[in-house]
Amino acid sequence: MNELQFLTWTRGPGLNIAVGILLLGVLWRLIEIYTLGRKKDLAAPRHAAGASGLHTVFRRSLPPPGMLKRSPVSYIGGYLFHVGLAIIVFLGAPHILLIKNLIGLSWPALPSQFIGLAAVVTMAAMVVVLFDRINKPVKHFLSTFEDWFTWAVTFLPVLTGWMATQHLLLPYTQMLALHILSAEILLVVLPFSKLFHGFTLFGSRWYNGRVNAHKGVPV
Amino acid sequence: MSASLERGIHALKEVIDAPIASYFSSCVHCGLCAEACLFYTETSDPKYTPIHKLEPLRRVYEQEYTLLGRLKKMVGLSKPVTDAELDQWQELVYDSCTLCGRCSLVCPVGNDIVYMVRKFREGMAVSGHVPDGIKGATKRTVETGGPMGLKWPAVANVLKHAEENTGLKIPVDQTGADYLVLLSSMEIVNYPEYIEALAKIFHKAGISYTLASDAYEATNAGIQIGNSDLAKVIVSRIVDAAERLKVKKVLSPECGHAYMAIRWEGPNLVGRPFGFEVVHVLELLDELRQKGVLKMKDKFKDPLILHDPCQIVRRGGVLQAPEPLIRQVAENYIPIADKQKLNWCCGGGGGASAIHTEEAEALRAKAFRIKKRQIEEAGVDTMVTFCANCRITIEEGFDHYEMNTKLLGLTELLAEHLEPVDANSASALP
Repeated sequence: MNELQFLTWTRGPGLNIAVGILLLGVLWRLIEIYTLGRKKDLAAPRHAAGASGLHTVFRRSLPPPGMLKRSPVSYIGGYLFHVGLAIIVFLGAPHILLIKNLIGLSWPALPSQFIGLAAVVTMAAMVVVLFDRINKPVKHFLSTFEDWFTWAVTFLPVLTGWMATQHLLLPYTQMLALHILSAEILLVVLPFSKLFHGFTLFGSRWYNGRVNAHKGVPV
Repeated sequence: MSASLERGIHALKEVIDAPIASYFSSCVHCGLCAEACLFYTETSDPKYTPIHKLEPLRRVYEQEYTLLGRLKKMVGLSKPVTDAELDQWQELVYDSCTLCGRCSLVCPVGNDIVYMVRKFREGMAVSGHVPDGIKGATKRTVETGGPMGLKWPAVANVLKHAEENTGLKIPVDQTGADYLVLLSSMEIVNYPEYIEALAKIFHKAGISYTLASDAYEATNAGIQIGNSDLAKVIVSRIVDAAERLKVKKVLSPECGHAYMAIRWEGPNLVGRPFGFEVVHVLELLDELRQKGVLKMKDKFKDPLILHDPCQIVRRGGVLQAPEPLIRQVAENYIPIADKQKLNWCCGGGGGASAIHTEEAEALRAKAFRIKKRQIEEAGVDTMVTFCANCRITIEEGFDHYEMNTKLLGLTELLAEHLEPVDANSASALP
């Protein structure tokens, strides 16, 4: 397989397989989790302003009082790379084009220089949170193979995408093929790893908010 | 696999529901929950990270309820949960978790970690991995009515003294009263002033109440241990008495986990909603304050801070009552930074204070440093709280650090400064 054939494979069958596994995987995992159900709370509810599942879904996006000071790297690094990833994935011109080809929807893109900058900031933030994971006793203690692996799986598409656009190290075609392949690995890994928090965090926040709202506590 | 371990794993499988599955699937190992846990902040030992305390439960979830986990189990790639491991986890689930729920307040993906610890304890209880101290307290509650092994004659004796001291009749087993008053053993034994305070306040407000000679104990060691069957036996005693005496409301004492047990867990344990209302004593007092019944003859002068018990405030939802009440009676109340639902635990909740091993006591003393700091930073010599168990733990902390801080119960403080009662009315002793 030469580099052009490789690129063609990643853009064709490779992409189809990855998106297929992602969709089926996400669907399977959501069913696996949420069909477990939960018992109805029979205690008489107490009502309080600001206490509900939905409130917590939004409220938990901000650090609770005192927490930013306790763990600034987690919050600032976390915000930077999550927002950075979202900007790159959803506002980069080639990605919008891909989404358009897949589902037919499209929207205006940001200039490529801006996306390039977002990629650099995202990678820098990811490296910082990686060092934090290595250095901070709690994070290091909690870390398993999955944590290092998912970090790499998330980092590589950003790195290869940025290198392809900057024409670094490898010819564009090769780097682009690697970029697409790494993104496909990310899609395949996503439903079956902690990366799935991108889906379940809404359910988790909602449950937490709902259970505590029953007692009249906004959490 | 031993029979008890098998039952324990089965119990763990039973408690895993959609929220728990969602929580485990959401955790990104960020470790922020550690920053909310006093056992971590005061020891810097990563093993006290709240989510880590659930590792055996997480593996049971993964191995039993996820496709990948089941595949891994089939080909022998997963690590089974063992008796030795659960034994090791006892320290993490009981000694170093007070079910305070502060971790559930900070998790960025929204995990309600304390919800999971509470469920995990059910499997620990079934498989026999429960500290002796809590086991003993539960056994005594079932056999004698209270965790301290206190029987009714002793309670009746305390009531008699309270009647003598206040000049007021304390009704027992009276049908049709507004309130059935529950107590906690600790109040009966260590803080009988609480009963006197209530008698005075009820008298002044003209509210009818009664105690039940077969259901006076509000605490529920079954819940602390994580044994739902025992918890149900204990809570049913109160439900039966409330229904037999046809009261409108049941009054939970200051005690934090007693309130949790009867108000929030009770209906779920007996499997039906209650036909009566459960009210925390501070909710009642605040209602009386708003009606203008709770008038003070004078105010407490010394500067003080408030310790909000976790099970009443953060976990129980009695958020608004404590501050107005303390302002009602204290001239120099100093609000602290982490107050109300953000307050730090005393270190002895969730049954932890019943564990008397050397290690558990040393750990509690370490965890108490956070309260010590709060007191020192506020520069006060008085702290007020409203949970009998917090009081015991805090007094132990004061002793350990040889602090001269005064600890007061909010209800008693209010009673002490209440306008005097008129002993010539109907409920006065003849």
